Amino acid sequence: MIQTRNLVFSYSAQQNFSFPDVACDDGQALLITGNSGTGKTTLLHLLGGLLKPESGEILINHQDVCNLSASKLDKFRGKSIGMVLQKSFFIESLSVLDNVLLNAWLGTKNKSKNKAMAILETLGLSGHEHKLPRQLSIGQQQRVNIARALINNPSLILADEPTSSLDDENALIVARLLKKLAQEYQSSLVIVTHDQRLKTEFNRQISLL
Amino acid sequence: MIGKIAWKNLWFKPLNTFLSVVLLTASVSIISILMLLQKQFEEKFSSSMDNIDLVLGAKGSPLQLILSSVYQIDAPPGNIAYSEAEFWMNNPMVESAVPLAYGDNYLGYKIVGTSDNYFTYFDLKLTEGTFFTKDFEVVVGATIASNIGLKIGDTFFGTHGDSEEGEIHDEHAYKVVGILASSGKVADQLILSNMESVWHMHDHDESNHQSGEEIHPHEDKEITAVLLKLRNNMAKVTWQRIIPQNTEMQAASPILEINRLFSLFGVGITAVKYLAFGIMFISGISIFVALYNTLKERKYEFALLRIGGASKFQLFWLVLLESIILCIVGFVFGIIFGRVGVYFLSITTQEEFKTAFDPTEFLWKEEGLLLLATISVGVFAAILPAWKAYSLNISKTLSDA
Repeated sequence: MIQTRNLVFSYSAQQNFSFPDVACDDGQALLITGNSGTGKTTLLHLLGGLLKPESGEILINHQDVCNLSASKLDKFRGKSIGMVLQKSFFIESLSVLDNVLLNAWLGTKNKSKNKAMAILETLGLSGHEHKLPRQLSIGQQQRVNIARALINNPSLILADEPTSSLDDENALIVARLLKKLAQEYQSSLVIVTHDQRLKTEFNRQISLL
Repeated sequence: MIGKIAWKNLWFKPLNTFLSVVLLTASVSIISILMLLQKQFEEKFSSSMDNIDLVLGAKGSPLQLILSSVYQIDAPPGNIAYSEAEFWMNNPMVESAVPLAYGDNYLGYKIVGTSDNYFTYFDLKLTEGTFFTKDFEVVVGATIASNIGLKIGDTFFGTHGDSEEGEIHDEHAYKVVGILASSGKVADQLILSNMESVWHMHDHDESNHQSGEEIHPHEDKEITAVLLKLRNNMAKVTWQRIIPQNTEMQAASPILEINRLFSLFGVGITAVKYLAFGIMFISGISIFVALYNTLKERKYEFALLRIGGASKFQLFWLVLLESIILCIVGFVFGIIFGRVGVYFLSITTQEEFKTAFDPTEFLWKEEGLLLLATISVGVFAAILPAWKAYSLNISKTLSDA
């Protein structure tokens, strides 16, 4: 679960953001929408511990991540937060399976091959494990991204525009898949997007202005 | 896992990797060849030199005298009268003296007439047979015995002079009576007989022209050089001046001449070494350029690692490790190619100079230092790219994507 209070962040004196409080329980999904420039990505990076807020607090599983040291935060992020990005980035030289295993290793120091194979199968990627990421279609790549985000059973899944580069059909598939998996894994799912197609899919929404 | 990424990344950019490894291999192999040759060369020279304080021989270049008499490399500067040499050999300041008379060769291996003293002087042991006792009996060095398969009881004819192609002395055959144990000294490459064999072989030529002449007074006999071990340190210095002043001979010091030779070689070897280190520097630049160029495309990879929980230091280590792996691979190939180089060089020197080099020897200290130098090239080449990876702003990288 995740809970924020009075988050404020500023890039400079002119560019200030103060965000509404965000709350999302285990197994729940929350959609954060807003036009560009409203600080969607900034909020997501704050939640993921990639940026430090000027004030306010972020509680993930009752742990205030703002007070963690840099190295503890890295460890916490690896173990408890899974991120799905708009574009699919990979370690290009590693196979699909190794890309997933890498995250398992970074988060928990052990590489369970069975678990990685199982999650890839759940996402319909059986048979692609030993391919290089660039050999997959964009839809498939996005599913590898999801597999990678979920491999450590994170308590928080952050998705940044996970569907905007996909067509209508794939966008819905990915959105439903994320929702379903978050429920299965009892993770909190926070999606940041401007994708209008998703508005009908999620009940709980916050709009940034 | 970081190691695996580094390794896979190197294979992912095979051309960059290939270029860097080739440059490193070239420099490491050149340096290791030079180190091996220099060390083994100096060892060979020094091991043959110990025990010899002065060499008595014909006037001319002292270096030539030393090379011909101690190392059997060059042609001797000329001959000296045995009677004149004997005067100095019998001097009380001389602890031990070995006369050398060059005449023939067999398949390019020199046949040297000498006294029994030679074996004790150089501490040589037989593996088979006996030392020579009669004329035309020879003791064969270990390398020759194995190279041309001479056995006890074999006979052969010598060829006049020091080249393989020459007039064959077919009046007298040499007979092998002993084979020396391998000593690592020049004796390995020599065929030794008594001095009378050499004299008679050549007297015989003359007696064909001047028949009837049977008496050979010692005074007429010529030899090539005398190796001297002296009791008195002063004599080592003074004889080098006294002998040429009072006789038709010179006395040369092996240590002096060989040090002169090494210092001449040294300049060349140092120059080639600088060249090799220059190549290593260039390979460092090539690694740096390769790493730095790919930073831009790899920054998403780095951001991804950080999102997955990697620390800044792990990114730093990843970049550094790629460079270090390159350097170690280059070093290993360099050492292997260096050995192959020495092996082929050794075949040539064996044929032309009767000197072999051992490619299997490892110079732990020197080559260990070379490994350290290679790795530090890798570290220096990677430090700036690694720092860039370390200090990457992930949030900004992802927002710009």
